[in-house]
Amino acid sequence: MLKITNLHASIDGKEILKGLNLEVKAGEIHAIMGPNGAGKSTLASVLAGREEYEITEGSVDFDGTDLLEMATEDRAREGLFLAFQYPVEIPGVSNVNFLRTALNEIREYRGESSISAKDFMALVKEKSAIVELDAKLASRSVNEGFSGGEKKRNEIFQMAMLDPKLAILDETDSGLDIDALRIVANGVNTLKSDKNATIVITHYQRLLDYIVPDFVHVLYDGRIVKSGPKELALELEEKGYDWIKAEFAH
Amino acid sequence: MQTIEKESAAGVNWQLKGSFLLNPELRQKALEVLDNTPFPTTKTEAWKYTRVAKIKNSNLSVQENPVPLTGNFGLSTDSIQYVFVNGHFSEHLSSKSYPEGLKILALSQMDEAEVRVLGGNVLLDGEVFSSINTAYATDGIYVHVSAKMQIEPIIEIIQINTEKNVLSNLRHVLVGEAFSEVQFIQRSISVNGSDNFTNVISEIHVGKNAKLTIDKLQEEHESCFQISTELVSQHQDSNFTINTFTLNGLLVRNNLTIEVDGQNCETHLNGAYILNGNQHVDNHTVVDHKVANCESNELYKGVIDGKATAVFNGKVYVRKDAQKINAFQSNANVLLSDDATINSKPELEIYADDVKCSHGSTTGQLDEEAVFYLRARGLSEASARQLMVGAFIEDVIQKIDNEPIVDRIHTILKERFNWVIE
Repeated sequence: MLKITNLHASIDGKEILKGLNLEVKAGEIHAIMGPNGAGKSTLASVLAGREEYEITEGSVDFDGTDLLEMATEDRAREGLFLAFQYPVEIPGVSNVNFLRTALNEIREYRGESSISAKDFMALVKEKSAIVELDAKLASRSVNEGFSGGEKKRNEIFQMAMLDPKLAILDETDSGLDIDALRIVANGVNTLKSDKNATIVITHYQRLLDYIVPDFVHVLYDGRIVKSGPKELALELEEKGYDWIKAEFAH
Repeated sequence: MQTIEKESAAGVNWQLKGSFLLNPELRQKALEVLDNTPFPTTKTEAWKYTRVAKIKNSNLSVQENPVPLTGNFGLSTDSIQYVFVNGHFSEHLSSKSYPEGLKILALSQMDEAEVRVLGGNVLLDGEVFSSINTAYATDGIYVHVSAKMQIEPIIEIIQINTEKNVLSNLRHVLVGEAFSEVQFIQRSISVNGSDNFTNVISEIHVGKNAKLTIDKLQEEHESCFQISTELVSQHQDSNFTINTFTLNGLLVRNNLTIEVDGQNCETHLNGAYILNGNQHVDNHTVVDHKVANCESNELYKGVIDGKATAVFNGKVYVRKDAQKINAFQSNANVLLSDDATINSKPELEIYADDVKCSHGSTTGQLDEEAVFYLRARGLSEASARQLMVGAFIEDVIQKIDNEPIVDRIHTILKERFNWVIE
């Protein structure tokens, strides 16, 4: 589904990703862990199409299309979803109104007819239940006045509404208490199928108790330096990142 | 030292022939002002950011005789409509019947003696455009709502310009007597008209316990000038609201002066200006709290694109002994291009000591992080921006009670700016 080959990316002339390789297949959950500054959020940003980053080398193939050539919105329409580490508050723009516009633009892109108001509201009801998001919250201004936990639940609610092929969760566990974490993880697990894939970016192992990955990768200094089964996460939790740093520093 | 003689406004190169309606003595006074006063320049404090040279240098002429026009120009089907074309009342486009308790006439339909008493409250000294209006007004509407009458249908005053380089001077008088209630739409449009100048003054009297509302919609052709002046006097326990929406026109200036002369009044001023290209829109507002125990709220919002410029100058006076005044004023702007400009100046002058007043002005660009967020969910960049701009301006639009006006605004936003507001 996703094949990242030798990806180099820099911002303001500083190289952050230095030859990253990663392959994700349908039905898989990948966890990307790593110390602060390793390039985890940069990877998420580059995949979502943030224009501040310059791609200097490498390629990203997303289900047969060249992801890096596409505008942010087209990536979303092709089925890529990024759950933001810091979801943005947008006063005055209602959550459901914008989601209906998004859904319809995605459908139009795919040559499908737009969703009826009735079907849309039924979908909102069904999907908001997955993350226990109050229907009132769903129709309020995007993230405005939401608590940290509500914002993250809103991200997963939107993910449920848009039904992406590949979801990237950027530090979705940050700022969550244990109950919110369980709800968010439960949402992600409910949405999982053998047709979609998930990349979980996290600093801590905690989230991986709830979203169990098929593969764990360690990102350090702009590259994936180690990959392994889910047990690797536990090893990292136990030993910290220093041994990685010691092994791979140059 | 050499003194440079300033060119007086009377020397302007316009065709000003015709018959004019207001009291000859008043007209004489206005002509004298024009003889002695130059057009304002940016050195004139009240015109600091608005250059009127473009108006002055236009080859404008007053239309001596009405031109025929057919069509339906009202926004609402059940409103009372009074239509003026190039400064002249159009009887056949206007409503023929109206409810009891309402006197409504074009100035040109009134007896000379009745017209003679009108128009004396407008300040002329030093005021070129008010003097031009007073000297050369060709028509206007007179509305009198009798005491205790609630007028159900909206009164639409429709100011149409056609043709080119036409100067229309309109003079309106709106009177709501004690305990009356009435709503107006004042709308300016161009029907195959361009490069015209509409100079309109409305004198508005809101009687004791009366409620008077005006929704003002300015959508003349993008080559047209408009100067619109409202002088409002509010009496005890009255409620006055004016919503000013400027959606087109090359140069638009609104002068809004509200004298709150009785206790327990409520005053609401809302405005939105949405500009593009080379448009220039200037909103000057004055709320003068002369007595105690009143409340005024002012909310103006602007979205400025292209090379357009906007000016907001809002003054609130709270006079000595006008205690317990709540006065709030806010102006917010979004600049959509690097060449867009806003000059925002909210001012409070308070001479009483027991008041609650606030003012604020914000100017910014769209939050790019929010635009990215929306795009990351599949919205096109244009949709994302439209949605955000729409959200910004929508809370002013929501101040309007009249559905036909709201629909019209949404239509213009869609047609002219390609914005879809939910």
